[in-house]
Amino acid sequence: MNQNQKTSDSKDLDVIRSLIKKHKRNDFIFAGVGMLVIASLTITLLILFLDLVLDGYPRFTLDFFSNFPSRKALQAGILSAWIGSALVLLVTFVVAVPLGVAAGVYLEEYAKKNWISDLIEINVSNLAGVPSIIYGLLALGLFVYSFGLGQSILTAGLTLALLMLPIVIVATRESIRAIPVHIREAAFAVGATKWQVVLNHVLPYSYGGILTGVIIGMARAIGETAPVITIGALTFIAFLPPAPISTEIPFLNFDWLEAAFTVLPIQMFNWISRPQHAFHVNAAATGAVIILLTAAMNGFAIRLRYKIRKKIKW
Amino acid sequence: MVTKKHDEIIKAESKDLDFFYADGTQALKKVNLPVYENKITALIGPSGCGKSTFLRSFNRMHDLYTGNRYDGEIVLHPDNTNVLDAKVDPIEVRMRISMVFQKPNPFPKSIYENVAYGLRVRGENNERTLDDKVEEALKGASLWDEVKDRLQDLAFNLSGGQQQRLCIARALATEPEIMLFDEPTSALDPIATVNIEELMSGLKERLSILIVTHNMQQAARISDYTAYMYLGELIEHDATDTIFTNPSKKETEDYITGKFG
Repeated sequence: MNQNQKTSDSKDLDVIRSLIKKHKRNDFIFAGVGMLVIASLTITLLILFLDLVLDGYPRFTLDFFSNFPSRKALQAGILSAWIGSALVLLVTFVVAVPLGVAAGVYLEEYAKKNWISDLIEINVSNLAGVPSIIYGLLALGLFVYSFGLGQSILTAGLTLALLMLPIVIVATRESIRAIPVHIREAAFAVGATKWQVVLNHVLPYSYGGILTGVIIGMARAIGETAPVITIGALTFIAFLPPAPISTEIPFLNFDWLEAAFTVLPIQMFNWISRPQHAFHVNAAATGAVIILLTAAMNGFAIRLRYKIRKKIKW
Repeated sequence: MVTKKHDEIIKAESKDLDFFYADGTQALKKVNLPVYENKITALIGPSGCGKSTFLRSFNRMHDLYTGNRYDGEIVLHPDNTNVLDAKVDPIEVRMRISMVFQKPNPFPKSIYENVAYGLRVRGENNERTLDDKVEEALKGASLWDEVKDRLQDLAFNLSGGQQQRLCIARALATEPEIMLFDEPTSALDPIATVNIEELMSGLKERLSILIVTHNMQQAARISDYTAYMYLGELIEHDATDTIFTNPSKKETEDYITGKFG
């Protein structure tokens, strides 16, 4: 009797063990496939990047960063392009961040939840997926012709700000949503108004996520070519915009906003379309610079998020 | 029928209070319940009976979510203000009636800033006044001795029980007339629970307390009055001794003796 009991028990055990084995095999297979996919992605990117670096290697000199473009490939540099990119991004940042954060806060905290807010939500998400050349066409009609802003740094900054806006809005809303209800209720329960809750709690607790979104949006904006070409950025430019800082009061100068400009991806595009091989080397070097910049920005965003997340745990 | 001493003063009372959530479900049905001054009134009842909903009506927490609706009144004495009146600002109500939640919910700020927040919201910026009031509130919540040397530490570094006492200090700093407790010890260990219970017994000298608990022993230990709710209705309300030894309703007796619940 006792013996019987034992054998039936161990039989059950065998069944369970073989079942676990089977399930674990699925684990193993999935982990393997996942690893393969990730590896192929990373390796492809790495090969592309290495190829760029190897091609452009001879041009990684100080001169390359401090020279204007030139008809002679070996003297040509990306000075006007990287300064143009920096100034355009500055405008983008100044415009897109306050607007995007304000819109996100409004939609999350103030707007009534009804079909209109649903419609806006769908639209914002859609905007993030609209091809960037559409933004370029819109900007050409709106900023260049209707507002008469010209083919300037201001126009380019505004255009890229439009492109970046949905990313900032979505990032803002998501990091606000991550704040737990009980923290929010605690703030209201001591008698805070909505604005006090936003200012003292919502923004301080979500700025890590918002900043991450902003940086990722900027990393996208820095590589955008199509909209900037559409609004008419110059492909060859051998002068700098007026300096934003001056020695005279009020020490700030906004003439640069109206200046003609070029940006890194356009400079690269321009060099690629030249027949001479020497210019292709320049293009490769520029490409490597863009990728490095993007990677640095994304890396900074990840580090920032990690650091802030360590301080705030729900 | 309610056995009460003559000298009890009513601090607040709900009159025919109905409450409807946005989806139309009625969570409270004609609830009439007084909260006596300087006494602890406990709400007991099975999950989903509406006791938390009732509690959260007192500081208009339901207003934070659209579509919720109250009917009836909650009258605050001595000024006879109906806190549910649409003309009464919920912020004003929350400045008079503070709340401690189920799960300790300190802000991710320093211990000091947590306690000072209610005062800052009220426009208090004088550092000395703030220092004094923060110290007083922390003493009132029996937390001062444990944190006085690290007021600038993050509140998250405290233990669960300490965090809950910090939340009590935060609610206390603004000198409320009534303090609401929504199952304040359900996330705490037995020792921290005893601390909080002792604290509440001391606090009633200064204010009136309404507490929701699903721990009947806790209600028996600390409260002066107990109300039993079931399915959104107030079944019975009486002095705690009477409720636990000689309830007048069969349902109350069944719940208290554990036949049901």
